[in-house]
Amino acid sequence: MTKNILLVGVGGQGTITASKLLTLGLLESCYDVKMNEIHGMSQRGGAVSSDVRYNETGAVDSPVISRGDADIVVSFEEMEALRWCDYVKPDGAIIVSTEHIAGLPVMTGRVEYPEGIVDELKKAAKTVLVIDGPAEAKKVGNSRVTNVILLGAIVKYMNLENIDWHKIIRENVKPAFVDLNIEALELGKTLGQKL
Amino acid sequence: MRYLMTGNEAVARGVWEAGAEFAAAYPGTPSTEILENISMYNKEDILAEWAPNEKVALESGLGASMAGLRSFVSMKCVGVNASADPWMCMSYSGCNAGMVIAVADEPGQQSSGQTAQDNRTFFKFAKYPFFEPSDSQEAKDMVKEAYRVSEAADTAVAIRLTTRVCHSKTIVELEDRQEYEPRSYVRNPAKYVPVPGHSPALLEKVMSKADRLRQYSERTPFNREEMYDAGIGIICTGVSYCYAKEVFGQSASYLKLGFLNPIPMDKIKTFAQKVDKLYIIEESDPIIEDEVRLAGIECHGKNVLPKHGELLPDVLRVKLLGAILPAADIDRGKIVPRPPMLCAGCPHRGFFYELGKLENVMVSSDIGCYTLAWGEPFNAGDAGICMGSSLSLGHGFQQAMDKKGGGTKVVSVLGDSTFLHTGIQSLMDAVYNNSSTVNVILDNRITAMTGHQENPTTGFTAQGDVAVEVDIPALCRAMGVKNIVTVDPNDLSAVRGALKEALARHGEGPSVIITRWPCALKKFSQADKAEFPNLFTDRYSIDKDACIGCKLCLKVGCPAITFESAIKKAEIGGECKGCSVCGQVCPKKAMVKKEARV
Repeated sequence: MTKNILLVGVGGQGTITASKLLTLGLLESCYDVKMNEIHGMSQRGGAVSSDVRYNETGAVDSPVISRGDADIVVSFEEMEALRWCDYVKPDGAIIVSTEHIAGLPVMTGRVEYPEGIVDELKKAAKTVLVIDGPAEAKKVGNSRVTNVILLGAIVKYMNLENIDWHKIIRENVKPAFVDLNIEALELGKTLGQKL
Repeated sequence: MRYLMTGNEAVARGVWEAGAEFAAAYPGTPSTEILENISMYNKEDILAEWAPNEKVALESGLGASMAGLRSFVSMKCVGVNASADPWMCMSYSGCNAGMVIAVADEPGQQSSGQTAQDNRTFFKFAKYPFFEPSDSQEAKDMVKEAYRVSEAADTAVAIRLTTRVCHSKTIVELEDRQEYEPRSYVRNPAKYVPVPGHSPALLEKVMSKADRLRQYSERTPFNREEMYDAGIGIICTGVSYCYAKEVFGQSASYLKLGFLNPIPMDKIKTFAQKVDKLYIIEESDPIIEDEVRLAGIECHGKNVLPKHGELLPDVLRVKLLGAILPAADIDRGKIVPRPPMLCAGCPHRGFFYELGKLENVMVSSDIGCYTLAWGEPFNAGDAGICMGSSLSLGHGFQQAMDKKGGGTKVVSVLGDSTFLHTGIQSLMDAVYNNSSTVNVILDNRITAMTGHQENPTTGFTAQGDVAVEVDIPALCRAMGVKNIVTVDPNDLSAVRGALKEALARHGEGPSVIITRWPCALKKFSQADKAEFPNLFTDRYSIDKDACIGCKLCLKVGCPAITFESAIKKAEIGGECKGCSVCGQVCPKKAMVKKEARV
């Protein structure tokens, strides 16, 4: 059976890096893995999304996740969670990092950043886990590892602990940041227990 | 060993495995990463070159094939338009060593825009056989097969990709590079010089090639049946095959077409007879469908499916099954759009801030990051049709406006790479026809929007060799431009002055303003560091006591600046690159230099 993980955020948040690590891990234990990215203008403040699909025993067909078909939607930014929350299965889960990144219409003062997002998310999915990503990342000493914390939460929720994630991190992260990222992953796994 | 590769990486790998030795391209989403990946191979294996435009890339690719080496060219969908001239004639001449051309279309226009043109229509028009892969493994396999077909049939062969194939990662098995014997060059003007004495015979040859390729199309395993339930039969191609299988699984049968033009009509007829109801699922134009209908076969396609955009599983479910997956019905009214914007430190910011303030000016823009300035907060961009169009469109607008006495003045803008692509001739036109336009070349020292590729002004080649740099001011002077000035776009008063003076010289021939400052995201060369002092080393913060909450700094549209409604003060975040533009706009000089980056 094909499982679906949708990662969304804003360019520069490490969404693509997290999904890359995720797919490399899945590749070691699954029959098939596909990943699709929309990142055309992500460097320029645009929304980024990354669809990760895997099947332990059979083929994955579409590289794109359908609306209502994601086992989990993981958002690196609060409003992006709202944009994508209808992609989650009604009995699935949403993880949202509460970081706010104002888009152009908010910055120019034309509209306010929306409020009450988490309440809206709770209508979309059975389970919603709210994480203050940057604050959690500071606990391990570097605000840039929010993405790997979220990866850890995914690993926990999707029962992917059979994969050697420490090895994936060691092989794909600069040596100086390996320990930091492993710590972030473990913190994410702990946070993921709440799901 | 299994690897996860994007379609673009897999095409590059296929080119290398096929033993090709020359590759050229002009960057363009979603095709850019193909040549980027080829350029990572050893030069002894394959030469990878950025060309100034797609026409040049295609012509140099043909030259390499004529000389006897397998060659490769890639481009985005609209690159085909820029290179249509050689495309048309090369199908008559054919090639020598195998030649493969990858074209990346964008149904749905997710990331680059411009057009959703279906180049399969062009390939039919220009008489090229082409492959259409569904995933990365097929992309690699088809590239290698395309070289074999190219040499067997004496024609360049196209690979038609779409964004989802280019940018999706799927599993690929790698193989070794093939040993390949270069062909010898034999002079043959009757093949490569399409004068009237040669062309009709060449066209006759193209037609007989089509007959042989039709037989190939019937027998190649890239056109294959997958029979499951025969109630519904689906003919599909490219990523549409993946979408159809996602939705129908084994409740339908498939005829998956991977080699098209000519299409395998016998195979199609046989398949149609086996199934009760026949659907044709192809994104964009009804290329297959039209031929199937012409052959008198009853089928459903564009009569039930959207005529443009992607045919994602969600679309197929609604249109063909009348059903959607259960999902939350949320209030989308709260969701604020997130349009792309100029990055923090972008050297276009200062220039467009000043340009946007000018009144009675028509801004003729072009294709690049600066296209984004058309909207809020700059509102500086009235048109931006295609690569290199700004200077010529602006010229025509100005001539007409002057003739009718309208008074509107034109400022045409384009980037360094776009100027070299096809802007040079437009500037030549403006000089030759004594235009009054102000022509601005935004030189950010790199081809930025596609992700930082070298070009003839940057001093490096695709494979990292030092290159001769085009001297833009000297080039403009050589074409006859009298008024040329170079400014630092982060210096607002200098930009303001240059624009004012150029506009005042209306009637004295076209003028050129060159803004010169590197893209903030660029990997800076030694030359950059030497030329541009304190290159993005400053950082700014807001003196909260000085800030009066006037929001003027928000008008520079910088992602580093936010406004804290609770205290009615602006705030500068960690993304600040120290360009100082916001500080020059602030009436209270509330932006203070924080610390120097080590």
